[in-house]
Amino acid sequence: MTSNFRIGDPLIRASKLRKEFGDFTAVNGIDFEVRKGESFGFLGPNGAGKSTTMRIIAATLTRTSGEITILDKDPEVHGPEIRAHLGVVPQQDNLDAALTVEDNLYIYGRYFGLSKKFIRNKIEELLEFAQLEEKRSVKVEALSGGMKRRLTIARALISEPEILMLDEPTTGLDPQARHILWDRLFRLKEQGVTLLITTHFMDEAEQLCDRLMVMDKGSIMAEDSPASLIKNFATKEVLEVRFGSGRNVELADTLRTHCDRIEVLPDRVLMYAESGEDLLHRLVSNGLQPLTSLVRRSSLEDVFLRLTGRTLVD
Amino acid sequence: MSATENATLKSEMVRRGSLHLINVPRIKRWGAYYVLEARIRNMSKWKFSILAASIGSPLFYLISVGIGVGSFINSHSAGRGIDGVKYMTFLAPALLAQVAIQDGLSEVTFPTLQGFKWEKNFFAMNSTPLTGRHIAVGTWLSAIARISLTVVAYIAIMYTFGAIHGWSPLLAIFTAVLGSAAFSALMMGATAAIKNDDMFLTLLQRVAIMPLFLFSGTFYPLKSMPEFLQWIGWCSPVWHATELGRWLTYDHPLNGNSLLIHFSYFAVMLVGGLWFAIRTFEKRLAK
Repeated sequence: MTSNFRIGDPLIRASKLRKEFGDFTAVNGIDFEVRKGESFGFLGPNGAGKSTTMRIIAATLTRTSGEITILDKDPEVHGPEIRAHLGVVPQQDNLDAALTVEDNLYIYGRYFGLSKKFIRNKIEELLEFAQLEEKRSVKVEALSGGMKRRLTIARALISEPEILMLDEPTTGLDPQARHILWDRLFRLKEQGVTLLITTHFMDEAEQLCDRLMVMDKGSIMAEDSPASLIKNFATKEVLEVRFGSGRNVELADTLRTHCDRIEVLPDRVLMYAESGEDLLHRLVSNGLQPLTSLVRRSSLEDVFLRLTGRTLVD
Repeated sequence: MSATENATLKSEMVRRGSLHLINVPRIKRWGAYYVLEARIRNMSKWKFSILAASIGSPLFYLISVGIGVGSFINSHSAGRGIDGVKYMTFLAPALLAQVAIQDGLSEVTFPTLQGFKWEKNFFAMNSTPLTGRHIAVGTWLSAIARISLTVVAYIAIMYTFGAIHGWSPLLAIFTAVLGSAAFSALMMGATAAIKNDDMFLTLLQRVAIMPLFLFSGTFYPLKSMPEFLQWIGWCSPVWHATELGRWLTYDHPLNGNSLLIHFSYFAVMLVGGLWFAIRTFEKRLAK
């Protein structure tokens, strides 16, 4: 395989991609394209079909129907040729717990047939990248969750992959560990590595992704940049009001007359408006005094709610 | 984020990219070797427990049963022992076959359960250019490496105890490894097919391996068992490997037909077992 891909060239092309497990349709005929150098995200709740799509791209799961090419190759015909250029970070770390940090990187490099000399040099770079220099001789079983996650990402980078695939990269990490990871991923993007990320965290999607595909129940609900999605599917601001249990539903029809769209959640009502403050003043002047109120900017969570009628984290 | 964290990484290499770095045809040829390399690295972390389990147990058998029971049998058989040789010489090839099979089994069952269930590191391997075939064959080769080491050490112990003499017993290294390699391939496939591993290893040990050990003519000739129990020995890889081992370590008589049966048994088990294991690995990785 020769390096004939430039920034902006499509690396992944899927058309009517479908995957069924018995009677269950995990991926329901989706079309998408991922270009070199971009950071592409699959956003959706658990069971949306994100991980299944990722496994098909990773050439470890066969599709039921439809077409897909990765680096211009069919994963069912050229699995090893495609996997040679992917860095895969699975949802659950699958490191060798009995081996040290350094050994884990070493053996993984060998799976790509890389020379021992190259791997040794690369390990130094990756230990620094993952901030694990002090832990190089420590067994994986003794590492914290965040360290294991960083090691799994470092391991995926040993072969200098064209596409780095991250399945829920920061699930289970504390806020500080998440921010360190985001920083590391941003650096990779700056180096021209194509990132493919699945997440159900909207802030992660907004931070990391140039383009997002919102998925639910195996289908694509929308696809665009985070900013455009928010612009197209939500208003500029959201007013969150609480009137107390029971009253939220009771007042829904009245509240609806004050703005274009509302969403009634079990504990609060979301009211979509260009100016949350103005809307709140209107409510109060009409005698609707909420127990609590909050004005915030619209987010991808609101986009998802609009598209599916459900929240991302059920 | 601290200034250090924001600083450019000092050791960053010039990125060449996988398209220039990776030689896929080479991985297709050598993939199983890379898996073997990783397994040996993993095994080296357990070298003392592996050695203790592999050598210690048959060594204790050889001392307690070979010397203890042996001196009793030898004195009651006017020095003729069993099968025309002293008891230790009769027992040693059977223990050799048993330890080889036991070791091979440990080295395929634990890593296979670890790879598919406990740590899922076979899925990590399969996210690289390695295929199910590479992973299965590499794991099996690592079992053969461990078996070979144990068998050689055990043969040395047999010489030290005076259980065997001359050069021909060295050929028993080959038959012991062959027997274990064939059985390991089959059992690796079976382990990969196991969905629920609760009690699997315990049951395997108690319901399969222990009876094979006890009913394979290990401590006495198979023919001295009632005929309705002899079939266990005929099915058992331990018995076939023991018969070949006895043929090579002393003059246990085996005619051409028997030799053909013993070698064919292992050849079929090896080819069939490996085919089954590769197929099961590939299917499970693709689920």
